[in-house]
Amino acid sequence: MAQMFIARGVEAIDWHAHFFMLAEAIERMRRPGETVLSVFAGERSDFIRFNAGAVRQSGQVEQGRLTLRVAQGARQAYSTFDLGGDAHVDLSDVSDALAVLRESLLDAPDDPHLLFDTGSWTRSTRRDGRLPDPRALAELVARSARGLDFVGFYAGGTLSRGFASTTGSRGWYEVENFNFSWSLYQPNGLAIKTTYAGDAWDDAVFADAVREAAARLPVLLRAPHVLKPGGYRAWLAPSALAELLKSAAQGGFSARAHASSTSPLYKLNTGAATFDERVSIAESLELGISPAFNDDGYLRASVPLISAGRAVGRLTSARSAREYGLEPNGALPQEMPTSLAMAGGDLAQDDVLARLGTGLYIGNLWYVNLSDRMNCRLTGMTRFATFWVEDGEIVAPVGATRFDDSLYGLLGERLEALGAQPELRLSDFTWGQRAIGGLHLPGALVKSFELVL
Amino acid sequence: MIEERWTMAARGLRAAADFWSVRFVDERTDDHTVRNDVSLPLRHQRERGAMVTAWAGAGSGYAATADLSAGGVQRALEIATARAQACAAHALIDHREITRPGQSGSYVSPNAQAALPSRREWIERLARECAGANVDARIVERVAGMQVTHSDQLYLTSDGVRIEQQFRFLMPSLSAVAHDDGDTQERTLNGHFGALAQGGIEVLARYGFDGAGARIADEALQLLSAPNCPTGRRDLLLMPDQMALQIHESIGHPLELDRILGDERNYAGWSFVKPEMFGHYQYGSALLNVTFDPDRRDQAAAYAFDDDGSAASRQYLIRAGVLERALGGALSQQRTGLPGVANSRASNWNRPPIDRMANLNVEPGDQSLDSMIAGIEHGILMKTNTSWSIDDHRNKFQFGCEFGQLIEQGKLTHVVKRPGYRGISASFWRSLKAVGDASTREVYGTSMCGKGEPVQVIRVGHASPACVFSDVEVFGGA
Repeated sequence: MAQMFIARGVEAIDWHAHFFMLAEAIERMRRPGETVLSVFAGERSDFIRFNAGAVRQSGQVEQGRLTLRVAQGARQAYSTFDLGGDAHVDLSDVSDALAVLRESLLDAPDDPHLLFDTGSWTRSTRRDGRLPDPRALAELVARSARGLDFVGFYAGGTLSRGFASTTGSRGWYEVENFNFSWSLYQPNGLAIKTTYAGDAWDDAVFADAVREAAARLPVLLRAPHVLKPGGYRAWLAPSALAELLKSAAQGGFSARAHASSTSPLYKLNTGAATFDERVSIAESLELGISPAFNDDGYLRASVPLISAGRAVGRLTSARSAREYGLEPNGALPQEMPTSLAMAGGDLAQDDVLARLGTGLYIGNLWYVNLSDRMNCRLTGMTRFATFWVEDGEIVAPVGATRFDDSLYGLLGERLEALGAQPELRLSDFTWGQRAIGGLHLPGALVKSFELVL
Repeated sequence: MIEERWTMAARGLRAAADFWSVRFVDERTDDHTVRNDVSLPLRHQRERGAMVTAWAGAGSGYAATADLSAGGVQRALEIATARAQACAAHALIDHREITRPGQSGSYVSPNAQAALPSRREWIERLARECAGANVDARIVERVAGMQVTHSDQLYLTSDGVRIEQQFRFLMPSLSAVAHDDGDTQERTLNGHFGALAQGGIEVLARYGFDGAGARIADEALQLLSAPNCPTGRRDLLLMPDQMALQIHESIGHPLELDRILGDERNYAGWSFVKPEMFGHYQYGSALLNVTFDPDRRDQAAAYAFDDDGSAASRQYLIRAGVLERALGGALSQQRTGLPGVANSRASNWNRPPIDRMANLNVEPGDQSLDSMIAGIEHGILMKTNTSWSIDDHRNKFQFGCEFGQLIEQGKLTHVVKRPGYRGISASFWRSLKAVGDASTREVYGTSMCGKGEPVQVIRVGHASPACVFSDVEVFGGA
């Protein structure tokens, strides 16, 4: 068994203490008439890439990024910079940043859409996890993946987010977790992808997951079923449906995108289109996978977005609220959901193949993008674990196939059933930093899914 | 700025590693934006830290830190060394056999020292374009932006190599959204994040920034009243800003050697290109010539050395349609024995280098734009990307553009909206039937090329003439 490893070890920077030390110092540096909002994003992450069951790259990243926002009257400016963890150096950088921001405000025009929370609140969430020793993972993978073409990526460690304002608010969110995804490839280029994510690592669970995936590999060696363009009955597993929803959510739930008529769900928002009445979606803070505060200093609450197939709400940031005369509802500045929850239906997982009958079992989708924004048409590829099913039995794999279809059809008149057991899919995004949040959603059985290439 | 204390910190490093390198990065970015005549607040960002890499036995490890004191860099080296030692028994690559970088040098972006407008002057300039786009009540959103980035990098190794590189990037942007009767159309200046370049104020003139606000707003209105692009097979004339995307997705990514080696299969994917294809595979028609060109300093991804310390130079990847060379850095070249280029690059201080595109260009041919249009009986012109998707082997693609214009009997006819096309990389480039001359060549760049685990979003440049492809499947909106 690999040694357990607590990421917040002796050498790690205590970002919690460091951030609030800086916040107190910023309070003292504040000048009359100024409000300073401080936003922090930090992590100590271990990253290991594997190819052919061996280590391709292994390393550790420690980073803490502070954003200072200074508002004076109707003017404001932002400065973001990396903290090194040394109090003297970081305090000096904070002081320098404040000076530059004050200078920039001298000739800045008034910002008519400036808005932030002026209340005073305190929130704190800290969840320790049990993580694997990254130094021992190479051996564990080598042992578990013997004889397999294993390619994967482990990311684990401590993630932290903080907020402080000179109006007295203090927020902290810190979790230790891991996300290990890997793909087992067959020589024909087909693969099965598995993710093991959470906050309580267990070597045995990982090894079992590798074995289970390996047991599913032989079907990939069967001659692939070739499909001509056209509509096919299909089961979209939760990970596949997640790719569609994530693409639609890029502006789809945004108050600003709706106001500028660029929302991919514009027709839903205006009532010109609806989804099936079984479709209900919310930004759900109850999932507990993202902080309960935002960069504008507002406490966040759940926001119903779609109820019984109709749009009932949008994510409204402080800036949009001021611009369009709306109420801010805790949305992030980008007005993207962080904890999207879609209600489940009545199709039990054990009944999926039988109910599908003959059609496509789609395990994952890849590279999804809007192809016709106003009609919420999405294009992308099938990838990983996509099979042709006949009479409720998997008979052959399906190679990479392109689809182009409208979410209004898939979740509208062509929706046959939703899975009864929504799955939690934690974000594995690592652009610049490890992401927080994720989606909680079921799979969907559709009467027809449009393939084009 | 490149600080003397970085050199001092590295000079005192003690290591049990066989080899180490430190790459210091100090990157400052200012974002200036005017939206609907409102100046958005200044956003200044400074990213500063160091990537320390150690080789110990067969293994390699890295550690990234923003603590740039001598003690901070030393601690990072110890972590990197421990990682290298821990994975040595299971390393994919035996680093004892890898050639170390041996050349020192420097690089500075063109006109990097020339003065740029002040914040106030930028806002005034952006406000003019934003106001200029206000040509009709149906224009519902107008945004003008300028991003200016200075990136200073110092690479030092235990063997005494010292590489200093100082970059300045400018990325202007413009967009106009037209809406009426339930439909929305958007025109941009060469796409979102599509006008990145190194240099100074001359970048604006190159992209035709001044005065473009009114032009793109007018084009957005034209699209609003245009019919959908028809469905069917046509000859396709791609203008350079869409060629940039086409090159990027269906030549650049498939030729990345680490992808061909399978490193990216868990996320970005594999490639239809296999190692045995180099030297003879007919990638495109005989008109296709593709170069890796870090020497074109006006492009976004010009540099003298990659982030593993390899000296960079111009190389043909595809010549007369035949695949010659891969996009693989020194490490990948040694793994495969294939010729490559200096393209091992990292997005920032907190990510390790992997094989990336840089400046990847299609070389000009001999046809004017007029002659290419005149040679098309039944076709369509498309420009400016708005939608992109391609399979995990970089073969089946579908791309959408902002603007289309039909070509019938050798003449441009009416504008169409939501033009899209799809194809297969392995056959698409062989349908290349005309390549524009230097007068049609334009230079583009983007800051948004994503790849790797953890994800790295990096700058790339693409220069291309307009090109014609025969008998392509095109389509419009629903």
